Formats: sequence, C-alpha cells, structure tokens
Amino acid sequence: MPWSLPPAASTFAGDVDFMFWLILVITGIAFVIVEAGLLWFVWKYRARPGRQAHYTHGSTKAEVVWTAVPAVTVVVLGIMSNGIWVKVKGRNSVPPDAMEVAVHAKQFEWNVTYPGPDGTLATGDDFTVRNQLHLVVNRPVKAHLSSEDVIHSFFIPDFRIKQDAVPGMQIVAWFQPTRTGEFELACAELCGHGHYSMGARVFVHTQEDYDAWLAERAAAQEVTP
Amino acid sequence: MTSVAAVHTHDAPMSFWRKYVFSTDHKIIGIQFLFVSLFFLLVGGLLAMQIRWQLGFPGQPMPGGGILPETMASEGILLPEYYVQLVSMHGTFMVFFAIMPLLVGVYANFLIPLKLGAHDMAFPRINMASFWTAFLAGLIMLASLFVPEGAIRSGWTNYVPLAARPDYSGVTWGQILWCISIVVLGLSSVLGSLNYITTVINHRAPGMTWFRMPLSVWALFITAILGVLALPVLQGAAIMLLFDQTLGTHFFDPLEGGQALLWQHLFWFFGHPEVYILILPAMGMVSDMIANGSRKPIFGYHSMVFAIIAIGFLGWIVWGHHMFMSGMNPTLGSSFMISTLVIAVPSAIKTFNWMGTMWRGNLRFHVPMLNAVAFVAMFVIGGLSGVFMAATPVDMFIHDTYFIVAHIHYVLFGGSLFALFGAITFWYPKMFGRMMNQRWGKIHFWLTFVFYNLTFFPMHNLGMAGHMRRIYDPTQYEFLRPLQPLNEFISISAFALFAVQLIFAANFLLSLWKGEKAPQNPWEDNGLEWSLPSPAPHGNWERVPTVYRGPYEFSAPGTPGGRDYLPQYERLPTDREPAAALAPALGD
Amino acid sequence: MRTVATIAAAIAVGLACAGPLAAQGGATITGRVRFTGPKPTNPTIDMSEEPQCKAKYQTPPRAETVVVNPNGTLANVFVYVKSGLPADAKYPTPTTPVVIDQDGCHYRPHVLGVMVGQQLEIRNSDPLLHNIKARGTANRGFNISQPRAGMKTTRTFSRPEVMVALECNVHGWMNAYVGVLPHPFFAVTGTDGAFTIKGLPPGTYTLEAWHEKYGTRTATVTVTGTETKTAEFTFAAQ
Repeated sequence: MPWSLPPAASTFAGDVDFMFWLILVITGIAFVIVEAGLLWFVWKYRARPGRQAHYTHGSTKAEVVWTAVPAVTVVVLGIMSNGIWVKVKGRNSVPPDAMEVAVHAKQFEWNVTYPGPDGTLATGDDFTVRNQLHLVVNRPVKAHLSSEDVIHSFFIPDFRIKQDAVPGMQIVAWFQPTRTGEFELACAELCGHGHYSMGARVFVHTQEDYDAWLAERAAAQEVTP
Repeated sequence: MTSVAAVHTHDAPMSFWRKYVFSTDHKIIGIQFLFVSLFFLLVGGLLAMQIRWQLGFPGQPMPGGGILPETMASEGILLPEYYVQLVSMHGTFMVFFAIMPLLVGVYANFLIPLKLGAHDMAFPRINMASFWTAFLAGLIMLASLFVPEGAIRSGWTNYVPLAARPDYSGVTWGQILWCISIVVLGLSSVLGSLNYITTVINHRAPGMTWFRMPLSVWALFITAILGVLALPVLQGAAIMLLFDQTLGTHFFDPLEGGQALLWQHLFWFFGHPEVYILILPAMGMVSDMIANGSRKPIFGYHSMVFAIIAIGFLGWIVWGHHMFMSGMNPTLGSSFMISTLVIAVPSAIKTFNWMGTMWRGNLRFHVPMLNAVAFVAMFVIGGLSGVFMAATPVDMFIHDTYFIVAHIHYVLFGGSLFALFGAITFWYPKMFGRMMNQRWGKIHFWLTFVFYNLTFFPMHNLGMAGHMRRIYDPTQYEFLRPLQPLNEFISISAFALFAVQLIFAANFLLSLWKGEKAPQNPWEDNGLEWSLPSPAPHGNWERVPTVYRGPYEFSAPGTPGGRDYLPQYERLPTDREPAAALAPALGD
Repeated sequence: MRTVATIAAAIAVGLACAGPLAAQGGATITGRVRFTGPKPTNPTIDMSEEPQCKAKYQTPPRAETVVVNPNGTLANVFVYVKSGLPADAKYPTPTTPVVIDQDGCHYRPHVLGVMVGQQLEIRNSDPLLHNIKARGTANRGFNISQPRAGMKTTRTFSRPEVMVALECNVHGWMNAYVGVLPHPFFAVTGTDGAFTIKGLPPGTYTLEAWHEKYGTRTATVTVTGTETKTAEFTFAAQ
C-alpha cells in the first residue's frame, strides 16, 4: 500500500506506528462525531417555513463535558507519547553496545565515516563512504550527525527516524534496524536547490556480510592513500 | 457627548486622492487592504500552480513556461533553483501578504469601528500609514522575484545558515529584499495593531460592554495584541539576518560562532502566535456568521471569549513544537508537546460551541453560512491532524513531510480562506452597497469545497508515505515513485481549484457594478454596522448608537414584529439606558 | 547577476572596439611544463551511487588533481601573461563561447580560460542533477543547477581572476578551475604538457603558470617582432 506508512524496519518503528494509529483512531472518532453532527444538524435544522430556532445561550453541563473529555484525552496521549519519545530521543537512550558511525552532511551529500576494523571512531583506520550507510541487522546504531554548511535532516522513512544535522552542533541519533535489505535515506530539511537529490542508500547486512564488506573496504582504503 | 464626537470626526474629504487613495477612513483603508491582499492571493496562487505542475509532471515543460527567463526555466522545464523560490515565495505571499492582511488589515479595519459604534479608528492617520507601509512591503517582496538570482530559496521560514549565506543559497538581493520587506511589514502590523487595541479599549459606544462585543471583535482584539507582540520579534530577527547579509555580522553563521537554532527560536516565537493571527479572526467572524445563519445566540459566548484568550496566551508557549527534530534538548520537546496538546482544548471548545449554536437552529444557508460551516468542518480536520504532529514520536516520522503541508492548508485554506469567502460576501454590502451574486456564490462554494478536499486531503497520504516537503522532483526517490499518480491527481485538482476561484473573482468584481442594490440589513443581523445605510457613510454615524444587549439575540422570545433578530442598537421599552460611565471617551 | 554580467560584457565589447587591436602575427611564447619527482596517484572516485556516470567508465575514474603525462610533463596547468602588457590595451572579446561539459560526473575540461565578458557555456551530458557553484573573489559567484541531460547555461565573468573555482555540490569530487583574463594571452597544458601563447606585441612579460595543487611559478620573457621564444616551468612533487 503505497499511500500509507511504509513497512517498519526498526525496533521503535512499531511504537511510532502504534502511536500514529492510536491517534488516528481517537481523532477519527472526534472527526466522525463532528462531521456527522454537522451534516445531521445541517439537514435536521435547515430553515423551513414556520420553524423557530430554540433560544438558548448555552449549557454549562455540556461545555464542561466537551472541555474535560478532550483535555483528558490529550493529556493521556501526551503521557503515552512521551514514553516513546524518551526511549528514542532521551539523553541516555542510546544502547551501550551500539555501533558508531559519523554522518557528516554537506550540500548535497551524506558522508558516512565508519570506525574501520577496530570498531572505534576517530582512529587511523576510519574510512568514509559517500551516500552509503552500511549497517548490521539487529545491532543498534549510534549516528553522530554533523553538518558542513546548512541544516540537513537525516530521515530514513522505514526506520521512522528523523533528526536534523545542524552546523555547529554534534547531535546523536540512534536506531536499530530489524530487517536486512536496502533502504533509502533522504534529506528532509530544505538545504538548497539540490535538496531533492540529497539521498543515500542504506544497506542492512547480516553480521557476516557486513564483515566481508568492511574487510573489502578496509583493504581498498590501504591501497589508495 | 455626541456633539463632541461630531467635532472630532474629520470632514468628508472631497478630492479623489484624499477620498480613495490617501484616505484616513477606516472603511476605505479596509477596502484598500482587500484589493491589495486579493491581488497577492492571486500571486500566491499562481506560484502554487507552478509548484503543482512540477510535482505532478516533473521534468515536463510547463505550458506557458517558455516565457520564463533561463534563470528560472530551461525550455519550459522549471529549474530546481526556481522551484525553491516558488515554494518560499508562495508561503511568504500567502502568510504575510494575503491571509494576514485579508483577516486583519481588511476586517480589523472595517469591523472594529463599525461593530463598536465608533466614528473611525483611534488614530486615523496612523491607520493610513499602516496600509501604505504594508503596500510598500508588498511591492518590495514582489520586486524580489525579479532581481538577479530571484527571490529567497530557503522556504518562507528562511532557516539559517542557508538563508544567511549567499554561497549556500545562491541568492543575495532576493534575501536582502525579503528582510527589508518583512521589517517594513512588521512596522505596518505594529501601527495597525496599536490602533486596533486602542480603538477597542477606548472607542466603544455607550452600552458596548466587553461582554457585549461580537466575537469577531474579540478575536481581532486578541489578534492585535498577538500582532503587536509577535511581529517585532520577527522584525528583530530579520534585521539580524539583514546584517548578516550586508554588514558582515555572523549572528546565524556557526562557522563564525553564530547559532543556527537561534533563528528558529526567534522565528517560531513569532511564528506560532502568527499562526493564531491567521486563524483567530477567522474564528471570530465565523462565529458571527454561524449565529446569523443559525438564527440562534452563540452557544457559550463566555467560554468562546475565554477560549480565544486562552489560545492567544497558549500560542506563546508552543513554538518549540516546530523544532522537535532540530536537535533541541529532548526534555524541552516533552514540555512543548504538553503545551501544544493543551491548546487543542480551547479549539475543541470552540468547535463544539459552533455545533451547539447550530443545534436546534433554523439554518439559513446563505453563502456566508455555507462557508462558515465549511470552515468548521475543515478546521476540525486541520486541528485533529495537528495532534499527530504534537505527539513527538509521531512527529519524528511526519515532520517535514506532506502531512504538515496538508495540515497547514487545512487550517489556512480550509479554515481562514473559507472564513474569508464567507466574510467577504457577508460584509460586501456594507462595503460597496451592493450584494454579491448568491447563485454564483453557491456554485463557487461547492466547487471550491470539492476541489479543495481533492487537492489537500490526499496530501495526508503522501505524508504518511514519507513524502518530504519542498522537494523538486519526488521521482528521485524509489519509495516515492509509486506516489506519482497521487501527485498527478493532486496537481490536476489544484488546477481545477485555482480555475474555480475565477468565479469568485468575477463575482466580486462584477458585483461592484452589477450587483443587486443592498438593503440596510440584508442578512437580518444584530450588529451595529447594520444600523447604517449600505454602503456605510464617511464617519459612520451622525450620532453614535447606544447598545442595549449582546450581539447574538436571535429568535429571542418577545422580539417585536415577529422578527427572529433583535439588533444591539434597538431600544425596547424594557431596556434601560446604559450608565454614562460606559460611554467611550470620544474626542479627547 | 545575469544583467550585471551582460552589462559588463557590453561595456567590455564597447571598450574593446575602441582600443587598439592585438597585433596580428606578433610574437609567440611557447614551452612546456615539466614535472619532477615521484608521480603521485590520484584517488579513485567511487561513483557507485551514480550508476549512469559509472557506466561511462571502463576503469574506475580517478580525480584529476595531478595529471602527469607519460613524457614527464604536467597537464592542466594554466599559463598566462601576468604582467607586461600595455596598461591601456584593450582586446576584443571573442564571440564564440568557451564550453565546459559535465560528462560522467566530471568537468571537461578540468582547467580552462575565458576572457572577461566572454561566454562560458556550461553543458550537462549526464541524465542527472548537477549544480554548478562558482566561487569567485573578484567576480560574483553563482550557483545554478542543471537537472537534466542536454541543458545549457551560459555565464560570463566581469573581472579578471585566476582562478574561479567551479564545484558541484551533488558530487563532491567534481571541481574545475576557470582563469578569467582581460586579454587573450593564456593557454592550458594538455597531454603533451606544452603551451603556446601567440600574437604578443613586443615587450617584456611576466608569465605565470598556475597549478591547482602546486601553486604558481613565474618566468620573464622578452619578445620583439614576430619571433618565437620559449619558456620552461618546472613543478616538483611534494
């Protein structure tokens, strides 16, 4: 179904989707009540000869009800949302065993720096690949987002993750892919006239495939200084 | 009292220039705003059509695109740098030069003195200055489309550092002119708002207590307070951006120690109250029209007033919800989420009260009523879709997608613009002395309603599929290619929607000469403005009317003459004269 | 930008007509740009994200930072007369544009020269988006895009500048350099490392050779009549 949420492929994508559908159901009920009510009133109370409108200035009881019900609903939605929010974006939410990558955005490219065979960033065996994000399935990823020039936004629809990359700031985003395959990374924040072409591919490998890719890359890295 | 007021009233000017151009008459100024803003509405619409062409038919030459210079299009195919200008200027024109002046410039000017029983604004000359500065700002903004490199390319929000550095955006003059125009427009808005606030506080007719004011005036009053507080923030930010462009400051350039997020905080600290500037007056006028069309008092008048005040207040503490993904502290995200969700409550109150007003009414479906009911129906969709964005985890997915585009158009088109179609029709007789054609008004309404929904509702689906905003060619992404038929459908609907507006334009213009002569009170309404002939004369009243009751006394038992409306100015034998202390301080 | 440039071009043409034309058949300076030391390897470019560009290459494409010819000379060196021309001399602006093509996600040529006011025609032979960002200091930069194959855009520069850098922000590896001069006495070394500057009036000239990595070298040459003199430049590996 191309007109709906894309298939989920990360650990918290299910939570995000649940919140989406829950809000859709709740707002859907409100929507039906209001629109059906309007239609019904429009039909039932249309002007006819001899009709007289009912003279009233309101009803405190009714108003209390339709103040309290939305208020309670939104507070509950807020509390539920906040739980997921803290889990995804909270300061201490990044899983400790996450694989680290540095994603440096510039007009109009994503430069991804990998930690190399030693598994640690900012060491001599790091290497950078343009517009390709290679990940391991079921392994959390800690992405250090930075920007060369303007604000970009790191957006992988299938993972339900979005985070701006802001020049002058170091921002961490984490996520954990749950399916192998190829996905798309897009820039979601207008970053200039080439914004629309600032896409990259995300490859989620099994551990073995990733290791093979890493070895190949690291080898290529040593040949070209 | 009235004699003093009569002395204060400036004499009816004689020359054409003083009467129609450099007029200090609040009604003429309102009409000037109306024509100018409708022109900019057309400009914004034309830009939107080009956006929709590119999105529906990317890479195909646009019909008529051959006339565009090579900096904008190559053999009719729009260029990306022109596309981002289109997106940026569509937003700029619609927000700053169409919807805001249509609601505030036109109706705060026209309605506040007429509905409160004043001869004119508190400061008529400042009022004139307010229009001419707005006009100047509009011309500057329009000019920015035609300077070398064209207009801004960073969206109407002008996020920095893209907007701050020409080497990132590729635009210099357009950006400078944008900043200057916004500073001038802010001046206009402050001048106007101070005037509206002063007039509402000081120039109410005898008996026009605060809680006898029509909701339109309440909404315009709160809007004016938002305007006078919010626009200077944007002005300040625009001046800083201008200095970054011209004087070599680095407020917004992180490479030189500036702050990228500073702009967003300043912009949205203005920007969110601005959103309510763009909807509150519509809510107010819709309240007037729904009460009139339902022939019933507004349901819960006091809670409607308090809801307007609550929205006006809460509007100041929700700006961070535009920045959930910006790298702002996530704890701030949580608090902004709560304040944003809370603002749904006064909106819900208003919606249910409008429904309550229609409940057991005697509904007259004149054109203003049709548009007002459509406002409620569409505003509900825009309001409910806002809940998705307010929920931070959901926003993580739909932020910067077409879901947001759908939301803002449901509020600003489905909301504000439908209200305006109603309001223009409703007060047209008092402006021009003639009626707009009802049959064509209804045809325009139904076609607009249908094509509007066909255009904007599917955008929710685009957003759900992850379709980003402001992208020139969605087919660049594999996951967006299956959506192209939907994009095409939306574009065709949008073209039809635009075409249908020609009916409105024709009806509006032709009715100026051909319209049926308007009676004094064509809608059988209660407001003070209907005690005047149509069109309302210069200086409004020889003798300011006295107000005996609230504005929504429809179908009250015991109304004389078998009428179902009882105007505010009509004295019944049982009415007492208001205390002198309530009389406005005119002429001092 | 366009209008400014067009006006500047119009003025340049006007002045050129008024001033004395370059002597036909004047002196010639020719020579070669040598390279000494170990030949550096340019890094390969990973174009796997742009299959349409990648398909245009048999072997993995490399950057063109240092192109050393088999005969030990250096290509892509911009050689021009830096000083020595009469201060008031004006030279006609050629009406034919200089072409730079974007082909296989590369600028071709990599280094080129134009005269002030002469048209630079930018072409896109790739079926994808390139943007062309010119970073000038004396000249106003520009930043334009060409989303489709076959697109052509012309730009002019209004002031002399060595060099105006061109770059594509979609493909970070793409760059080119444009030397903008008020006279026609410039050349770019090719696969043989040779350059020839013709039609010089008698005088003593300072020639400069510019390379994107190794900087500049200068040489002074005095010519009279229609003679041909040689000038040699040498860049050493760093």
